[in-house]
Amino acid sequence: MSSFKNSNLAQAWLVLVLATVFGTALAGIQSKLSPVIEANKVRETMEKIPGLVPGNADSDNLVVTSRVIDIKKNGTQKFYTVYDVALKDGSPAGHVAKAAGQGYADKIEVLIGLDAGGDTITGLFVLDQKETPGLGNKIIEKPWRDQFVNKASAGQLVVVKGGAGGGYEIDAISGATISSRSVAGIVNTTIADIKPRLVLPGKKENNKTEETQ
Amino acid sequence: MADLPTATERFIQGILPENPVYRQMLGLCPTLAVTNGMKPALTMACSVAFVLLCANIVISLIRNLLKPHLRIVVFTLTIATFVTIADRFLAAYLFQMSKTLGPYIPLIIVNCLIICRCEVCASKQSVFTASADAMGQALGFGLALSSIAAVREILGTGMFFGIRVLPEAWPDWVIMVLPPGAFLTLGLLLGLVNWLGMIKARRAGNDA
Repeated sequence: MSSFKNSNLAQAWLVLVLATVFGTALAGIQSKLSPVIEANKVRETMEKIPGLVPGNADSDNLVVTSRVIDIKKNGTQKFYTVYDVALKDGSPAGHVAKAAGQGYADKIEVLIGLDAGGDTITGLFVLDQKETPGLGNKIIEKPWRDQFVNKASAGQLVVVKGGAGGGYEIDAISGATISSRSVAGIVNTTIADIKPRLVLPGKKENNKTEETQ
Repeated sequence: MADLPTATERFIQGILPENPVYRQMLGLCPTLAVTNGMKPALTMACSVAFVLLCANIVISLIRNLLKPHLRIVVFTLTIATFVTIADRFLAAYLFQMSKTLGPYIPLIIVNCLIICRCEVCASKQSVFTASADAMGQALGFGLALSSIAAVREILGTGMFFGIRVLPEAWPDWVIMVLPPGAFLTLGLLLGLVNWLGMIKARRAGNDA
């Protein structure tokens, strides 16, 4: 009997019981709350989409369908979630791509709006970032983000210090050149990756068969 | 057990005489990290209050079953459970705030304030005393966090709870909302609290 009392199992019974009880409780809470948390994330994305496509159409008049574009590059595979936005009558309004990349502090997650042909950037929104407060986190502010609007997607965006000229120039946030470059870099990479695959109306079927091959 | 403080004493001690931040210097990670605004500071204070109260109650209920060499494991397990619950609830119902606080909610697990209260009070005293202790300490922690956050938010952004209180002409002291501002504010307020304590002690000495 005394050997049982001194055994590890007898010593640790309270820890084991508590672990089981707490684990069960957490599993219950997770299964209850995870749909709510997922819905929060999707809702945030969906709320931003109408403002990122041209025309600032009312969200009630838009039909949003999502798909995943997979890109094979340098041996690694990358996935982009792209939301195709169309008006109620079926005419395409634009595309919104979700993209992420390394910032100064941590991963930066953005939504990039493109017009129906994918030729012009129509909007930029930062979903998630942990850049330096007061400096790098100015990337979330509208005046800075609005610089990307109406830039052509044909060329690479360049971040410049001390005031941007025309063309492909984006003015860096003073004190946060790295954060500014990160965002511009994410936009450049994403557009380069997905532009050939952005579905053009009428070619939808062809593109789908291509993807399955 | 006779010399352990009563529930009322525990509650009052937590607020100022044994204030977690200004007197015990515990829980400094969230104190420095999330006090750049009143809203994140109060959310953090409420989360800590929830975890502290629940952990203290559970530990107090099972205090007679604890084995000395396994008690820290039990404390950590209990705290981690309630922190996870708080984290999931924030992500589900205060999504934006949960994004702002980022990793600092899961980091409550290693906030030594909570494990200290489990060790000092909950593992030795009744559920009622442990709850009073948790509420006192949580209140003290909340007061400390909001005092630092108030200074940093007002000086750093000219706003309080996101509402402008200083005139537009105020040149925002950006450094106050950056990490160095946290150290400066904590140091100055800590000095102030100690100075006030010294004055009080001197007066008490003169009266006697």
